Amino acid sequence: MLSPSPALGKRNRFLEEQHMKRKKKISYAKYGYIFCIPFVTAFTLFTLYPIIYTILIGFTDFKGLGATSFHFLADPFQNYKDILGSPTFRTALGNTFRLWGWNFLPQILLALLLAVIFTNRRHKIKGQGFFKVVFYMPNIITAATVAILFGSLFGYPMGPVNDMLKSLGIIDEPYFFMQSKAVARGVVSFIQFWMWYGSTMIVLISGILGINPEIYEAAEIDGASSWEKFLYVTLPNLRTILIYTLVTSLIGGLQMFDIPQLLVAKSGPDNATLTTSCFIYNQAFSGSYMYNRASAASMIMFIIIAILSAVVFYIMQDRSDAAEKKALKARKKQVRKAGA
Amino acid sequence: MKEMKQISLLRLLTYVLCIALTLLSIMPFLIMIVNSTRSTTEIQQHAISLLPSKYLFNNLKILTGKSFNPLVGFRNSIIISTGATLCTVYFSTLTAYALVVYDWKFRNAFFSFIMAIMMIPSQLVSIGFYQFIYKIHMTNNFLPLILPAIAAPTCVFFMRQFMIPVLHIDVVNSARIDGAKEFYIFNKIVLPMMKPAIATQAIFSFVTNWNSLFLPMILLTKQEKYTMPVMVSLLKGDIYKTEYGSIYLGLTLTVLPLLIVYFLLSKYIIAGVALGGVKE
Repeated sequence: MLSPSPALGKRNRFLEEQHMKRKKKISYAKYGYIFCIPFVTAFTLFTLYPIIYTILIGFTDFKGLGATSFHFLADPFQNYKDILGSPTFRTALGNTFRLWGWNFLPQILLALLLAVIFTNRRHKIKGQGFFKVVFYMPNIITAATVAILFGSLFGYPMGPVNDMLKSLGIIDEPYFFMQSKAVARGVVSFIQFWMWYGSTMIVLISGILGINPEIYEAAEIDGASSWEKFLYVTLPNLRTILIYTLVTSLIGGLQMFDIPQLLVAKSGPDNATLTTSCFIYNQAFSGSYMYNRASAASMIMFIIIAILSAVVFYIMQDRSDAAEKKALKARKKQVRKAGA
Repeated sequence: MKEMKQISLLRLLTYVLCIALTLLSIMPFLIMIVNSTRSTTEIQQHAISLLPSKYLFNNLKILTGKSFNPLVGFRNSIIISTGATLCTVYFSTLTAYALVVYDWKFRNAFFSFIMAIMMIPSQLVSIGFYQFIYKIHMTNNFLPLILPAIAAPTCVFFMRQFMIPVLHIDVVNSARIDGAKEFYIFNKIVLPMMKPAIATQAIFSFVTNWNSLFLPMILLTKQEKYTMPVMVSLLKGDIYKTEYGSIYLGLTLTVLPLLIVYFLLSKYIIAGVALGGVKE
C-alpha cells in the first residue's frame, strides 16, 4: 500500500472542506421548504381544494339549501349546456363586457391624458400632489357604499341629480333614471370609471417617469412636436404597463359584483345591469340554490378570462417580437452593407 | 406671441379639467355628509344643499333604531381586516424570504407557480369555499375570512421584488456565524428591514379586506356578525325606504373612517399605487 503524499493529503482536506461547505448549504435549503409551508397549506386548503370542489360540483346535481349529498349527472356537461343555453346568462355575459368596456375606454384615455399633463417637464402643473390624492380617493371607498350612495343621488322623484337638473332648468319633471336601461348601465360604468381612473393615472405617471429622459431629449433635438413625442416615445415605452393595466382591469371587470348588485334593485330594468358575478350569486345563494349551475357558470367565466388574458399577452408579445426581429434584420443588413 | 397665447390657453384648460374632476370626486361625498344632517322632509324639498341642518341626532336615532348597527359592523370589520392583514404581511414576507435567501430545488418553479395563481379569479373559488366552510360548520365565524389571507400571491410577489435589492446575504451569514437560528434571523433582522414594504402592503391589504363584500355576504348570515359593507347593504332594503336622512348618515358613518385614514396615509398610498403592487 502506498502512503499518501503530503500534497494529496492537502487536496483531500480541501475536498473535505468543500464537501462540508456544500453540506452546510444543503442543510440551509430545508428552511426554504419550511418557510413555504404556511403559504402552501393555506393555498391548498382555502384555494386549491375549493377550486377542485367547484369544478366537481359543476358536473353534479348538487342544489338546494343545506344539501349535503350529490350525484354525478348522466351527461356530465348538462349544467354547462344549461348555462350556455340560458338567455339570462347570455344577457349577463353581454352586460359584463359592455359595462367593463364603457368604463375602461374613457378610463384609459383620461388617465393617459392626465398622466401626460402631470409629467410635462416644461409646464409644471401646480397642486399635482393634491390632484393625485383627490382623483385616487374614490378608489379607497367601499364599493358597496358607493353603489348605494349613487343609487340615492340618482333617486326618484327627489334625488340630488334630479334636483340639480330641475334647478338648472334642464328638465321640468323628475326623471326616473334607474328605470332606463341605458342610464342604469351608464351609471354602473361611470362609477367604475370614477373609482379607477385615478389609480390608472398614477400607474401611468410612474411608467412615464421611468422612461429614459434621453429619448425625449433626442426627439426634441430632432424637432418632434409634443404629439409626436407622445406617439413615438411615450406610447411605445408604456406598452408593458398598458398591457398590465388592460389585463388587470379585464380580470377585475369581468368579476364586477358590488356596484351592479347594490345600485339598482333586481339588477335594473330587464336585467340591464346583471353581471355574470351577480348571476352566479343569484344562482347559488338565492332562489333554488343551484350550486351546480353556479359552479358551471364560474368555470365558464374562468375559461373566458384565461383565454382573453392569453390572447392579450400573445398579441402584444408577438408585436414586440416582430418589431425586434425587424430591427435586428435592418441592423444586420446595415452591417453587411458597411462590410461590403 | 401667438404660441404663448396658445400655451396659456392650454394651461387654463388643464386647470379647468383638474378642478372639474376634483369636484366630481368630492361632490358626491359632500352631498352625502350634508344630507346626513338634514331631515327627510328637507331632503325631499331640496336634495342638494351646502348648509348642514340640525337633524343629525334625529337621523342617528332612526338609523340605529332599526337593524343597522354601525358599531357592531365597525368592530367586526376591524377584527377581520386586522387579522387578515397581519396574516398577509407576515406570511408573505416569510414566503418571499424563502424565495430570496434559500437555494432549494423547486425555488424557481414555486415562484412561477405564485405568478400563475395571481390570475385565479375569486369566482372560481367562492362556491367550493362556501360548501367547504358550510360542511365544517364555520359559517358565521371570522376565521374563514382571516386565515385564507396567509396565502396572498400578489403580496409575496411584491415582497420578493422589494427584498432582493434590500437584503444582502452577508447580513444573514454574519448572523449565522453569531449563532442565530434561521427563524430568529427572519423575525429580528429581516422583518425590520422590510418595514417600508410591509407598511405599504398592510395599508392595501387592510383596505381590500375592509371593503370586501362577496365572501362576507355569503358566509355571515347573523346580523351580529355583519361587516361594514354587509351592514351597508341593509340600507338598500325596504326598512329604510323613505328615511333619506338616515340612509345618508349610515353611508357617511362607513365612509368617514376610510376618509380619515386615507388623508393621513395618502402619501404612502399614492406611492404604493405608483409601484403597481396594488391591483388584486
